[in-house]
Amino acid sequence: MGLIRTQEETGRHVRMLTHEIRSTLDRHTILKTTLVELGRTLALEECALWMPTRTGLELQLSYTLRQQNPVEYTVPIHLPVINQVFSSVRAVKISHSSPVARLRPLAVKYMPGEVVAIRVPLLHLSNFQINDWPEFPTKPYALMVLMLPSDSARQWHDHELELVEVVADQVAVALSHAAILEESMRARDLLMEQNVALDHARREAETAIRARNDFLAVMNHEMRTPMHAMIALSSLLQETKLTPEQRLMVETILRSSNLLDTLINDVLDLSRLEDGSLQLDVETFNLHAVFKEVLNLIKPVASVKKLMVTLNLAQELPVYAVGDEKRLMQTMLNVVGNAVKFSKEGSISIAAFVEKSESLRDSRAPDFFPVPSDNHFYLRVQVKDSGSGISPQDIPKIFTKFSQTQSLVTRNSGGSGLGLAISKRFVNLMGGHIWLESEGIGKGCTATFVVKLGIPGLSNESKFPFAPKVPANHGQTDFPGLKALVMDDSGVSRMVTEGLLVHLGCEVTTVSSSEECLRVVSHEHHVVFLDVCAPGIDGYELAANIREKFTRQLEKPLIIALTGDTTDKVTKENCARFGINGVLMKPVSVDKMRSTLSELWTNGFYTRPS
Amino acid sequence: MELGQMQGRLAEFTKSLYMEGILDAQFLQLQQLQDESNPDFVVEVVSLFFEDSEKLLNDIARALDQQSVDFKRVDAHVHQLKGSSASVGAQRVKNACVAFRNCCEEQNVEGCLRCLQQVKQEHYLVKNKLETLFRLEQQIVAAGGSVPMAEMTF
Repeated sequence: MGLIRTQEETGRHVRMLTHEIRSTLDRHTILKTTLVELGRTLALEECALWMPTRTGLELQLSYTLRQQNPVEYTVPIHLPVINQVFSSVRAVKISHSSPVARLRPLAVKYMPGEVVAIRVPLLHLSNFQINDWPEFPTKPYALMVLMLPSDSARQWHDHELELVEVVADQVAVALSHAAILEESMRARDLLMEQNVALDHARREAETAIRARNDFLAVMNHEMRTPMHAMIALSSLLQETKLTPEQRLMVETILRSSNLLDTLINDVLDLSRLEDGSLQLDVETFNLHAVFKEVLNLIKPVASVKKLMVTLNLAQELPVYAVGDEKRLMQTMLNVVGNAVKFSKEGSISIAAFVEKSESLRDSRAPDFFPVPSDNHFYLRVQVKDSGSGISPQDIPKIFTKFSQTQSLVTRNSGGSGLGLAISKRFVNLMGGHIWLESEGIGKGCTATFVVKLGIPGLSNESKFPFAPKVPANHGQTDFPGLKALVMDDSGVSRMVTEGLLVHLGCEVTTVSSSEECLRVVSHEHHVVFLDVCAPGIDGYELAANIREKFTRQLEKPLIIALTGDTTDKVTKENCARFGINGVLMKPVSVDKMRSTLSELWTNGFYTRPS
Repeated sequence: MELGQMQGRLAEFTKSLYMEGILDAQFLQLQQLQDESNPDFVVEVVSLFFEDSEKLLNDIARALDQQSVDFKRVDAHVHQLKGSSASVGAQRVKNACVAFRNCCEEQNVEGCLRCLQQVKQEHYLVKNKLETLFRLEQQIVAAGGSVPMAEMTF
């Protein structure tokens, strides 16, 4: 009876102890609680836990029940008694004189109580890293020592030993849980720290970029303000009564100021160029005029140096092109300017061609494969000078930012050396290539660049069909002076289209047949609207005929097909082949017509009369 | 009837024309094109439309009456009518023309005659409705009021 009762009690105690031990995930609390509860349940005199040290060679007294701050005794781990305990799953009775049992001060005079020791398995640390728990290859155990009260006749009973064994196991489990928790918390803390650091770094980078942009914006503003004053006042001066010489001077001032303005923009652009965030402004412009302007700007300087400058534009060079006019001009000025700068005497020749397919593959630019298409052409510009030339080893450095070769520096030429670097970037952005050739010092230099420009009016990527890209509130509200010709065989349609165009301020002529259309159309008409689905009228043929009537590109009107059919009769290829520039579905709304006409205006097909 | 009432009636009437699909957004566009420099634009265009379409309908009837029907010719006329009705916003007429063209493709005289009837009916309907509309507008203008620009808010 007594045995069963104690077994029952054992069970109860175990459960209670287990519960206490497992109620926390904190390692220290687990251990302390274990000792406390064991001490109470078994009425122990002392209970202690020896933990292996970092080195794994010793056991250190880590926790005791009775002593508040145990002195940190250590014992070597390889003591026979310890080995004995570690190699048994059971609680082992040990001598009270063995080193691990010497827990109480030696002043005890009485008969010490019996001592048992049991191993407490620690989780194998190869499973995870716990930094301040020691690593062991072999004996991951702690040692728990329990001492019965001295001067009592008590002896360790079996059920008590059982209790101890069970508790030891539970402690092991609880400790492993605690270890896992500690590890994950450590990992989380580490992660948080890293995040904070990254965030900080990011914010610093952003601040730096903002600071740079602010600086650029301020400098931009500071530099532009006097520029604007110069430009504005020069313009005003132009309006006053001036002698011819004075007028010439003011014009030169204005031109130079505009040029400087562009240069300022580009110093600031350079940083955007490096970012890769610069985008070209694409618009239709007069290509011939650009060359003439370059010539005008360079002539004064050239004539002072008694240099002869010639310009040769190829016959087939289009008058109008689509691209970034300002930056093309800047590139040309840079190249031509260098030619003038480094020539003491002689002549400078500027030649511009349309690159033919065969000559597009240049052996000097082997990576460059220009592919001409229907709506683009390649412009080649060659600037030859008879100046100081460049030595072969300097040629690769020419396009490097800020680098100046010895000969250039001694020339006292000034300039920061940014020009060619910027030009190269622009040319690259324009899908082209730039290079220099020279036969050596004193033998002059030829600078060549090829860039890709668009042909206005023909299928530019998204301009066909005329999906109104310009939102209604962006466009013009009316188009005075825009001359339109409307060809439609239906009286009602004619009237409606005419009404639409008149409402938008255009001057409209209407015709009802192809013959009449061909007869009436003149170079003054900016745009012709053709009804292409009228039976008996071949809209394509008519379009082709209209275009043929005018030989000069400038005189050809824009042709827009109007169709009520959703059939694919009006296809992109056909339209491109016959020179039709856009298609509108009838009936055309006011907004759609307005945005179509806006696009005409934007592309330079028609300019508002001043 | 006083001005406000007349304007209300006009608005209701106009709304019903759109709701019933007799007119579509293109008619609104026409009204937008009417301004001080072009004060009778809508009436002029619509009148021209009715002139044109009546002629076309007669031509079509005659063509279908022939011994050997020239469907291409009929189709050409219908195409014209479709175009002009689309230009003025006469939606039901336009739709009837679309159906008519299908019959022409099938070269079915019976079908074509039926389609012609349909087109004539729609044509007659829109003509009446627009005449009423213009009359209401005239009454308002005569009474010293102005005809507000319709808005497609329904």
